[in-house]
Parts: sequence; C-alpha cells; structure tokens
Amino acid sequence: MSEKKFSKKHEWVSLEGDIATVGITKHATEMLGDIVFVEVPDAGKSIEKEGQAAVVESTKAASDVYSPISGEVTEGNKAIADDPGSVNGDPEGASWFFKLKIKDKGELDSLMSKDEYDKFCKENPN
Amino acid sequence: MGYKRVIMGVQKTALYDLHKSLGAKFVPFAGYEMPIQYKDGIVKEHISTRTHAGFFDVSHMGQFFLEGDDTLVEALEKTIPSDLKSLKVNHSKYSFLLNDSGGIIDDLIVTKTDKGFCIILNAACKENDIKHISKFLGKNHKYFLNNDLSLIALQGPKSVEILEKLIRGVSELKFMTGNSFNYDSESLYITRSGYTGEDGFEISISNKKVKKLIDFLIDNGVKPIGLGARDTLRLEAGLCLYGHDLNEKINPVEANLKWAIAKKRKEVGGFNGWSKIKDLLTNGSEKIRIGIKPEGKVIARENTKIFSSNGEEIGFVTSGTFGPSVNGPVAMGYVKSKFSEIGTSIQLEVRGKKYEGKVSELPFYKKSYVK
Repeated sequence: MSEKKFSKKHEWVSLEGDIATVGITKHATEMLGDIVFVEVPDAGKSIEKEGQAAVVESTKAASDVYSPISGEVTEGNKAIADDPGSVNGDPEGASWFFKLKIKDKGELDSLMSKDEYDKFCKENPN
Repeated sequence: MGYKRVIMGVQKTALYDLHKSLGAKFVPFAGYEMPIQYKDGIVKEHISTRTHAGFFDVSHMGQFFLEGDDTLVEALEKTIPSDLKSLKVNHSKYSFLLNDSGGIIDDLIVTKTDKGFCIILNAACKENDIKHISKFLGKNHKYFLNNDLSLIALQGPKSVEILEKLIRGVSELKFMTGNSFNYDSESLYITRSGYTGEDGFEISISNKKVKKLIDFLIDNGVKPIGLGARDTLRLEAGLCLYGHDLNEKINPVEANLKWAIAKKRKEVGGFNGWSKIKDLLTNGSEKIRIGIKPEGKVIARENTKIFSSNGEEIGFVTSGTFGPSVNGPVAMGYVKSKFSEIGTSIQLEVRGKKYEGKVSELPFYKKSYVK
C-alpha cells in the first residue's frame, strides 16, 4: 500500500493499485469523542472528490465523512457499522470506512503528507 | 481603527481552573464557559456515574431565594402550580413557572426554607424568570439571586457512602428533601435530588469552599462529569431539558408532566393558564411528549420528523442521543396523542431516509431513588 495521504477534513487515503482505502484520522476521532453510529456507502456508488460519502456520529453530534478522492465504491466496511465504537480504537487501520476504484491518481497530489497533516492539526486545533 | 473582537459577558464558575486542570473541553452554554467532557469522554463518564459516582459543576444554574410573610406563598402560587402552602420546611418539589396560556417559562425545583423558598432555575432562563416572578411579588417580599454560591451535583450509587464520610447525617435525607449541614466552619445546604436517575445530592456551597469539597470527592474516586454525560444521563432517566423538550408554547399536560401539578391546585386553580390546563386535563391534549426507541443504531436527534406507520407526519423529536446504559439510541419527542400508546410503531426521518422506531416507556433506565 502507498503511504497515507490526508485531507483538511480529517480523512486519510491509501492506494493499492487503483483501489483507494479511505478512513477518518486519529485526530478526527479525538475531536469527535465516543463514536456511536456509522453509515458507510454501498458498493457501486459513485463519489466525487470532496463529496459526502459516509456518516459518523458521536454522542455529541453527527458529521459527514467526505471522500478525499473521486471514484466508485467497491466496498463499505460493514464491521464498523455493526460496532461503531471500534472506530475509536483503530481509525487508521482496521476501522477504515470504504474502498474506491479511483478515477484520477493525480487527485492525490493535492492532499497532505503525514508531516504536513500533523502540522495542519497543530495550527488548527479545532 | 482596528477591529477588536470582544466576547461580551462570558462567565466562568468558581471551578473553571479546576475543570481546566482536569482536562475539560469547554463549550459556551447559557453565557458560561462550561465543561462538556473531560479526558475520559462522555460514555465513560456516563457509566462511572451509573456504577460509582460522579460530580457535576452546575453552578451556572440560578440559586434564587425568596423571603417574606404568608402572602409570599400566595404570590408564588399564582405562577407555580405546586401546593406551596402545604410544603414542609426542607421539602422540595419539581414544578414550573407558567405563563398566561399555561406555557412553561421554565422548569425548576422549589424548596421550602426557614425564611421562605429557594428555587433552582435553569441558567439560560434565570434572568427572565426573576423578572417574571418579581411581577407577582409585593413590598413585603425580598428576593435575590445568590451568585456567591456554587452548586455541585454528586450523583451515583456510591454518592451517599462517600458524602457521609465528609458530612455526617446526609445519608438520612430522603429523596426530594434537604437540610443545612456544617462543613469547614461554614453552613451549607444539601438536598437529596438530581438529574441523572441515580441516587445523589445537590450541594449548595460557598464559592470559597467549593474547591476543598471537590478535592475531597476526587480523592475518594469521584469522577468529574461534563454536560455531555449530564445530557445522556437525564435523557435515559426520561427527564426534560428546558429549551428542547419544554418551552413557552408547551404546557404541562402536553409535556406529560401533569403529575407535577398538585391535586388541590388542579381542582381549585388560581394559577396562570389554569382554565386552559383544566380543559386539557379533562379533554386531553392534541399532542403529547413520548419516549422513542429507534430500531437499530440510528440516532434520531432534535427536530427529526416522526411519521405514523401509514406515512402521516405526526410529530418531531425534541431530544435524541445514544444512551450508554441502554446501549442504544434513545429519544423524546411530541406526537399527536392518538399515536402515543406505548409500543406504537413509528418512523423517524433521518438524513432523508425513514427508520423504524417504537413509542417507549419512560424512563429508558430505571431509577434507584431513596424514598
């Protein structure tokens, strides 16, 4: 898998061939608090870059999850929909949200590296 | 001239620095900077209140004192539908301030004191409440909001054991009664009450001494609990939150709170909105507050539309969240009364999709008050 890239809306993406795996960052889960509901997209759904793709709810509020890259969903992670709390445990690993067959690899260039993202979070604590 | 951002009138409680040192995340609430959660997070804070004990800084709430002769009772009974005449010293009642049409201006706890009454008012409503109450008062009545006092709620099954170690005699208090106690050469007032569905106390203590009390509680394993868990706890307990489940356009019959109107007052009246309320008590109201359990995991939050199983729009959600002790979503809302029977199938529209749910008994979580 490629190195993770990060969006300003706190999603991560990693690429294997032309399949991208997308999830929310550790920093996002810390801001959200206890996650109690997750809705992931069904296979076959087309999503544009920065389009609404999934929903995550904490005890406090509901938030949209956007896709950092355009493509067609190949799989939503049903395991996290069944056990939303697991997202707090391993957000950047087993608790990915969905996989996409990407359209344009070039879209990744606009995303941040891990170091850039960490710096971005420090500068924008909320 | 440069632009300068000025935050007007943001207030802090006496424990602000302590909350900060405990890792609180703050939110503006009713003009105060209040902790919404601490390091543990809402779910753990909720569970530790239910299984052990937690403390809540609720000093933003109004501690409003009234003093006067016998005419004070008559004055207050014009807007509060409790039987204040029969209320014994150190006994408390849950009630409300009513407007001319029977709408709820605020919900409150009123306690009879030696000199008159103490009323605990919601933070967001307190200024307006006092203006409203003062309209009924006369020359012989004194009233004041005591801002020198903090208010600490200690809630959970271990509360009594822990507080008794510090203040002898609190274990003898029954639910919805209170008394004065001595602590660190000061007098403080404690009632056995709360807003979580657990046994517990509300402690009215001077701003000077409150830190010392909290240090004792923390040393005895009591966790700090923020507004986030306060909300999930009260919703599981089926208790209303003013500004969400109650407002000036909702009356006690619609709010399913007619039990809080004294029997004698229902018959004799003499309070704001009585003719309207009397009619509703006889004929029923068009809409009524209910408990709602969504099926599955979907959370139906405030303003979620409610439909009947035939697709007719019948109401809306006023509070909804995930209940950690129920281990599922819980909500309250208003529906047309004919759909209010426990077990009625309803549909909840969340993000454009309809989800199944059922009208549920309240509370979602059973209480364990000491009576």
